[in-house]
Amino acid sequence: MSPAASILRQAEETKTMINDFSIEVATVNGSGSQTANNVLLRSLFQMGIPVSGKNLFPSNIAGLPTWFQIRANAKGYVARKHDIDLMVCMNPETAKDDVLKLGAGSTVLFDEPLKLDGLRSDVNFHAVPFQQIVSASCPEPKLHKLVKNMVYVGVAAQMLGIDMGEIERAIGKQLKGKQKAIELNRNAAQAGFDWADQHIPAQDRLRVIRDHKTDGLLIMDGNTACALGALFAGVTVAAWYPITPSSSLIEKLADYAERFRTDPETGQRTIAIVQMEDELASAGVVVGAGWAGARAMTATSGPGISLMSEFIGLAYFAECPGVFVDVTRMGPSTGLPTRTSQGDIGITAKCSHGDTYHICLYPGSMEECFQFTYQAFDLAERFQTPVFVVTDLDLGMQNWITKPFAFPESCHDRGKVLSEAQLKEIQDWGRYKDIDGDGICWRTIAGTPGGKGGYFTRGTGHNPYAGYSEKPADWQSNIDRLKRKFLGACSVVPPPVLDRAGTKRGIIAFGSSDPAVGEARDILIERHDLPTDYLRIRALPFTSEVEAFLHDMEVVYVVEQNRDGQMASLLRDFFPDQAVKLRNVLHYDSTAITAQTLIDQITAFEK
Amino acid sequence: MTDATVPTNKLGLTKQDYVGAKSTLCAGCGHDAITSQIIQSAWEMGIEPHRVAKLSGIGCSSKTPTYFLSQAWGFNSVHGRAASVCTGATLANRQLVNIIASGDGDSMSIGMGQLVHMIRRNVPVVYILEDNGVYGLTKGQFSATADVGSALKHGSVNEIPPLDPCTLAMELGCGFVARSFSGNPKQLGTLLKAAFTHRGTALIDVISPCVTWNNHEGSTKSYKTLKDKEMPIHELGFVPYYELGSVEMAPGEVREVEFPDGSRVTFRSTREDYDPRDLYGAHRAIHEARDRGEFLTGLLYVQPDKPTIHDFMYLVDEPVANLPQARVKPGPEVLRTCMEELM
Repeated sequence: MSPAASILRQAEETKTMINDFSIEVATVNGSGSQTANNVLLRSLFQMGIPVSGKNLFPSNIAGLPTWFQIRANAKGYVARKHDIDLMVCMNPETAKDDVLKLGAGSTVLFDEPLKLDGLRSDVNFHAVPFQQIVSASCPEPKLHKLVKNMVYVGVAAQMLGIDMGEIERAIGKQLKGKQKAIELNRNAAQAGFDWADQHIPAQDRLRVIRDHKTDGLLIMDGNTACALGALFAGVTVAAWYPITPSSSLIEKLADYAERFRTDPETGQRTIAIVQMEDELASAGVVVGAGWAGARAMTATSGPGISLMSEFIGLAYFAECPGVFVDVTRMGPSTGLPTRTSQGDIGITAKCSHGDTYHICLYPGSMEECFQFTYQAFDLAERFQTPVFVVTDLDLGMQNWITKPFAFPESCHDRGKVLSEAQLKEIQDWGRYKDIDGDGICWRTIAGTPGGKGGYFTRGTGHNPYAGYSEKPADWQSNIDRLKRKFLGACSVVPPPVLDRAGTKRGIIAFGSSDPAVGEARDILIERHDLPTDYLRIRALPFTSEVEAFLHDMEVVYVVEQNRDGQMASLLRDFFPDQAVKLRNVLHYDSTAITAQTLIDQITAFEK
Repeated sequence: MTDATVPTNKLGLTKQDYVGAKSTLCAGCGHDAITSQIIQSAWEMGIEPHRVAKLSGIGCSSKTPTYFLSQAWGFNSVHGRAASVCTGATLANRQLVNIIASGDGDSMSIGMGQLVHMIRRNVPVVYILEDNGVYGLTKGQFSATADVGSALKHGSVNEIPPLDPCTLAMELGCGFVARSFSGNPKQLGTLLKAAFTHRGTALIDVISPCVTWNNHEGSTKSYKTLKDKEMPIHELGFVPYYELGSVEMAPGEVREVEFPDGSRVTFRSTREDYDPRDLYGAHRAIHEARDRGEFLTGLLYVQPDKPTIHDFMYLVDEPVANLPQARVKPGPEVLRTCMEELM
């Protein structure tokens, strides 16, 4: 019998969880645990096991508690898992609560001085003398703090059966080129492994065996994916103001732009990335740059969107293109800056005073973060309007496995822009004349020679020739045209993803909820005999598939990570005659949604 | 064909090519006099109308871009924040000639932050602050430049000290700071021509009486008061680079400042020894004049060769808005590299 087959048989007998468990590491923010956590995550990934890593971090530079959750799952369930199977307690401040929240039968590794083993008798405690191990493995006392966390990686590797070769590879990857740091961390991990080998009795509850489910995949965060989307979309002006959790998006873009949008000889760039004084000014730059013909963007989060809303209303009404990425965090107000939420569905859909609707894209994976950001620039220029890419902290900053992105072959769509030559031919051009009947008018770009393209852009009432107008008929026909233009986008925005099972019980979700929905649907069938149909919304305006789905179902569970069921409200606005079918399934405690949330709420509705 | 009797500029355009729609401001409004000088100076300078972006915020002053250069691109944006729109426009197309028409209500309250940061970044723009000390369009409330002791039409007196856009801009390092008076068209026209030559932010605070809400007895910004208190610091001359050979420089007490394109501003001091290249001296002279109840007009401070936002951004020479896809969309090999790095 092969070693793997023998482990499998043993697992059968002892209820071993093979490649299916969650680890949580509790540390102090700023203690350098991020490297250790990423090494642990990556080593599992390298062993061919689907994983996700979620960093539950505080709004703080150093000193407050932080937790890192790793989920490994052979079936590819990568949503957050509520139950923790292996807890690593490194933070004295939270250690007691960290132990008390566990389910019976969990395993706990704790820093020996914390003396947690008296807290309860139904979990498996292992006291690890981290300081002693690190002192023996690292000759320089001042570096102990930096590598101490790597010891638990070694201990966990030994307990779970993670190949130390993969740990070493992951350390090398994580600390690229820093030879001394690589060596120190490798030694610390090995010391942890060796200590566990001698002191921790072999356990058969949690087990890792090599698989091939991550072959050809990579680990990424959504902010990087969005930055790449913008890079390939040829963004030429990016204006921003730092705000968690969006800052790393523009910082990544700046890194890529430095390498790939800078002339190596002259040092000149084909992109301006400018940090503004606030989000109001960032939005102003996007509007001005889009108006003057650039592919312009910003990235922000909820408080930034609130500040930008006046300019966004102007861009909508004056018809200036621009891309606004909202990496949503928990609001209202400052809220929880480092926690995830889908609470900006309402504000992005209707950002501004007065009557507005905006084109919004809701990516649900790394590939979609990339593709939709790329596409947002085309949509913004085609429809001459602000376009939102709505992600969230979970997508933007956490670790997701993904296929490598395919190169976007499509040519950039610059929309209806009149050239000097075209202007010469036209007798009666009006900036806001809807000659094609699709609500999209032909625009000109400042600087076009010939003397015929100039016009006046304004946030006040205007007629088809861009002249100031207070005439009721001008106002109404213009605002109606804008709605027609918006609704017209439903033919080109990403259609929903459908998984029909022939039931009358539907689930609608979007964005980062997707993995939890997939897992919950399987469990609803397996354990509750509740098969469901599934539609994942990917854009506003809603397309005909959304309407058809609502029509076909008797009941539709709308899954959202906010309190008020904001997407369900939009669905009610668009399809009032279907409103009675909608049920809110909500998760809004600031953690990422779990499959259990759906199962609990849907089974309660079905009773 | 242009009528031979109608004068034309170096582009062969007549002054009529630089006008805009008819003003809808009150008859006698100082802002209309400013508009006339914008038209005159843009025409004299031979600025190509299609290269002009004329931006504004909200208020009476912000309506004025409609009244000049109808062939240019106008943008009446949000209150006080044409500065950021202009920043975006210049990043998109660095070949644009930018004009912002703003007011004291627009720039010195909600727009203060954006003006300050625009100056920091040295965005190329002629920023004309049409300053009358009141909110005209909302019917005569005090603005942040209202002088202490100035009375509203209905009698209430301002007790809160005013902000001075010029000393503020100087403090911020603005390379071209001027003050003028809408009742002094010759000086204003010369300042505008020099401002069009400046590479970065040129701020011109133009005191411009509001004939409807702030032109009464008791107002410190009425035509009458201003005519009494205005003290030009010098007689200004402007010689564009393309006329250098044909103009004879006046001898005597004339100073000059040369701009990067070769154009020159000449000064003949009319009071004391005001040197607009001396930041400390300029500050002192302005403050002393204010204490005497006078307001100094002219080119208060100039430093023409500061780096601009385009230098800070290391942008390519051509407008990024016009770059073909091949120059802004990296190829498949770049995506492959990015993916491999993450493997």
